[in-house]
Amino acid sequence: MIYLLLFLEFFKIGLFCFGGAFGMIPLIEETVVKHGWLTESEIFNLIGVCESTPGPIAVNTATYVGSVMGGPLGSIAATLGVVLPSFLIILLIAAVLKNLTDNKYFKGFMRGVKPVVVALILSTGGLLLLKTIGYAGLQAFTVDWVSVVILVLLVGIYVGITRLWKKKLSAVKIILLSAGLGVAVSMVAESVSI
Amino acid sequence: MLTELFFTFAKIGLFTFGGGYAMIAQIKETVVEQKRWLDEEELMQIITVAESTPGPIAINMATYVGYKKKGLAGSAMATLGVVLPSLVILYVISLFLDAFLQNRYVAYAFTGIKCGVAFLILRAGIDLLKKLEKRVVPRITFGIVFVLMIVFDLLSISFSSIWFILMGGVLGIVLYAVFSPKKEVES
Repeated sequence: MIYLLLFLEFFKIGLFCFGGAFGMIPLIEETVVKHGWLTESEIFNLIGVCESTPGPIAVNTATYVGSVMGGPLGSIAATLGVVLPSFLIILLIAAVLKNLTDNKYFKGFMRGVKPVVVALILSTGGLLLLKTIGYAGLQAFTVDWVSVVILVLLVGIYVGITRLWKKKLSAVKIILLSAGLGVAVSMVAESVSI
Repeated sequence: MLTELFFTFAKIGLFTFGGGYAMIAQIKETVVEQKRWLDEEELMQIITVAESTPGPIAINMATYVGYKKKGLAGSAMATLGVVLPSLVILYVISLFLDAFLQNRYVAYAFTGIKCGVAFLILRAGIDLLKKLEKRVVPRITFGIVFVLMIVFDLLSISFSSIWFILMGGVLGIVLYAVFSPKKEVES
């Protein structure tokens, strides 16, 4: 029963996603790849789309994965799953356990979780970087020069803009910039190789 | 009031990009400055709760504000409001994305977007790492989990990161709540 499975898996993601939007990316990636719902490459394409569309990233990914796997009902099941834990926990806090966030055990738990979440986010980002530039397995590494050039330009432009002009770059702008760089560098690479 | 909650949060869901913290600014502007549903202090309290509980911050905030204004029905309407735009937009995108990716230039753009996503994730991680408390236990926990995650992935060992989260939480309870309850709570 795909609807129930989608609901339960996304419920788990909603329940264990700490540390904001980026905290759930490791969990989503793991779950979706484990079930073979999307490939690793598809999931990061999707995250790119979700970063540049409005709304919470967790809801966006849930809707997309749910729809691909189970049509309109699937998207509702997955979205309901990812939203429900937050909804119930906040209701509980607002209505009954007003002081839950002051509870020392709760605080201890949250404090212990923090370094774990940071490690999950950084390792996911690091592995994605490694795979983007061509890592495909312990024996297979062919450098993807297009991506290397895109990354170098992206970091260069980012550092330039944030340091020289003291401007902040939002996630949407970074995605748009990297999309532009993707087209430009790929076309140059193509014309050079022909 | 219920429909107002719904439409207010639907607008927030529709017009905030990048999730999480971008939403906090938008919610503050709408809920505190325009609607005056909450004062600044109440909002700060809600943000603290939203940040220290699991789940997307936007959902947490919508549920809380909705509940404060109109109880259970209010929280349901506000949450539905913040979720609905995403649900509709991403559902429509899901119908077309694969076909869209067949286009050569779109595929090129996504080669770049993947780099952009790696960059964003690393930027978020580095920001959080800088804010991590500079003590021995959090640093060691961070180091161990980071190395294990990389090693497990490279060796294709499947291990749910939920276990790391739970172990970190239990360690936190033991260290900060059971053994040194008084001194640690302050910091």
